[in-house]
Amino acid sequence: MKVTIASGKGGTGKTTLSTNLAMYMAQQQAVVLCDLDVEEPNSGLFIQGKQIHQQKKFKRIPQWNKAACILCGNCQEVCNFHAVLKLGERVMVFPELCHSCYACSELCPVNALPMQPIPMGELKHSAAGKLSFVDARLDIGQEQAVPLIAQTLDYVDSKFDSTFLKLYDAPPGTSCPVIEATKSADLVLLITEPTPFGLHDLKLTIDTMRELKKDFAVIINRYGIGNDDVLTYCAAEGIKVLAKLPNERKIAELYSRGELIYPQVPEFAKQLKLIADFIVSKQRHSA
Amino acid sequence: MKEIVIISGKGGTGKTSVTAAFAVLGGSSIVVADCDVDAADMHLLLQPVVKKEEDFYSGFGAVIDYNKCVSCGLCANICRYHALSWEDGKYKVSGLACEGCGYCARVCPSEAISMVELNVGKLFISDTKVDSIMVHARLRSGADNSGKLVAKVKQEARQIAEATAKEFVVVDGSPGIGCPVVSSLSGADFVVLVTEPTVSGLHDLKRVSELVAKFHIPAGCIINKADINHAVTQKVESFLSQNNIVHIGNLPYDETFTKAMTIGQTIIEYQDEDLAALLKANWEQIKQLSTKERT
Repeated sequence: MKVTIASGKGGTGKTTLSTNLAMYMAQQQAVVLCDLDVEEPNSGLFIQGKQIHQQKKFKRIPQWNKAACILCGNCQEVCNFHAVLKLGERVMVFPELCHSCYACSELCPVNALPMQPIPMGELKHSAAGKLSFVDARLDIGQEQAVPLIAQTLDYVDSKFDSTFLKLYDAPPGTSCPVIEATKSADLVLLITEPTPFGLHDLKLTIDTMRELKKDFAVIINRYGIGNDDVLTYCAAEGIKVLAKLPNERKIAELYSRGELIYPQVPEFAKQLKLIADFIVSKQRHSA
Repeated sequence: MKEIVIISGKGGTGKTSVTAAFAVLGGSSIVVADCDVDAADMHLLLQPVVKKEEDFYSGFGAVIDYNKCVSCGLCANICRYHALSWEDGKYKVSGLACEGCGYCARVCPSEAISMVELNVGKLFISDTKVDSIMVHARLRSGADNSGKLVAKVKQEARQIAEATAKEFVVVDGSPGIGCPVVSSLSGADFVVLVTEPTVSGLHDLKRVSELVAKFHIPAGCIINKADINHAVTQKVESFLSQNNIVHIGNLPYDETFTKAMTIGQTIIEYQDEDLAALLKANWEQIKQLSTKERT
């Protein structure tokens, strides 16, 4: 089963939930946690495992072969992203604008723009007991997160079969990187704060999940601050609220040091169990 | 006119609360641009009254004319995004997967595919309760091209600031280091990094400041929730001094930020004198730093 942990607003506790839930559930079953927030991956700061694999990840962009080129300008014509320009007697490629669609390369009449790999990031795979951990980080200056997220998902699918519970820590927001991180999930857990910002961004994320026709449930973090509007909204919409993680300064302090929360905060552990039980019941149901 | 961009790398460090406080302090001398277009929240604090709105079109999506389609499958073969698939007896386009490259439309032998321009969101120009003009946007859920919408929001904000002789454009950016952040940095005069002293906050600060350095934009940093972990706060401070980032100041871990937000107020309006004094000092320093000639 694949479970993605997402939120519209950043800093609502995606990484806290992902890492604690993964460690907690790995006491009972084989779990792989995968950090898909490739722009700012943080889960690895909380998981101490033994590294078993590391690889550079590449995207493919066209590379101009001057000797073969007849300067017809077709490449510039077909590129919808303005990533290929014919300037006088030269063709220039702008890698950061290229979406790797292959149109310029494959439609070139003389094969003067072969696709070549360029590095965009790095993937790491480690293990600690029943928990496996995979994360990927985008190189600074690379703008497109989606190709790296897609390759990371492919890696997880190729290395871990369906006997593993797969947990994905998604990037914040509601745009293309989040879609990529949730599109193959069987269940999406939306974590939010009981504040106007939290509620506003939760509604946007719920719209996205409904458009993707995803099964989802809500978890409220820092319960006790703000107001009850998130609960009222979820009740009115018939959305399940799985758990209410407590608001305690101690949790913020543990998080700041990169420590797990549930071994030290009993109320957090109690709420975490509600989430784990829900996932286990879904697993039984689908088995 | 100077442009100040506020970003954080990590989400939830208090970027928007801090930016909204600066908007109150800047008042009629600034234009505010909310460039966190896929989770824009600043309107909840500044309660803008929309004066002008327009649809934003960017990028393309493939559409199949089934009167012409001969189901040859060439489109699905060449599409690198797996956006075309055989379902219920015909080829269908997944709007979420299609990136609008137009390759399929070019190779389709029966000219059955056309590329239509996409409405990906809305742009708003508003008055706020604090006398600053605000430019903001709403990206359609799941839409691509947030970087382009960010560029458009900034462009509008700059034009208004120039036409009305404002001193500053203050930009609330998005988390991360990807295209919307890169887009929000272009043309900035000064960057304010809002961070928190957590292992994640420091990790993300390092990555985002490396990005800022690539653009050669001078930067300063506010450490929010500074008292949550003194050891990490010290690490952040030494990172700042090693990397020529001005340490603008520290803010305490204080639920007053949340209390003010809950009733739709900025921290300045909420009248917490201590926090307001800190933010005022920060804002004065940022104004000075952003107008300093670059050396």
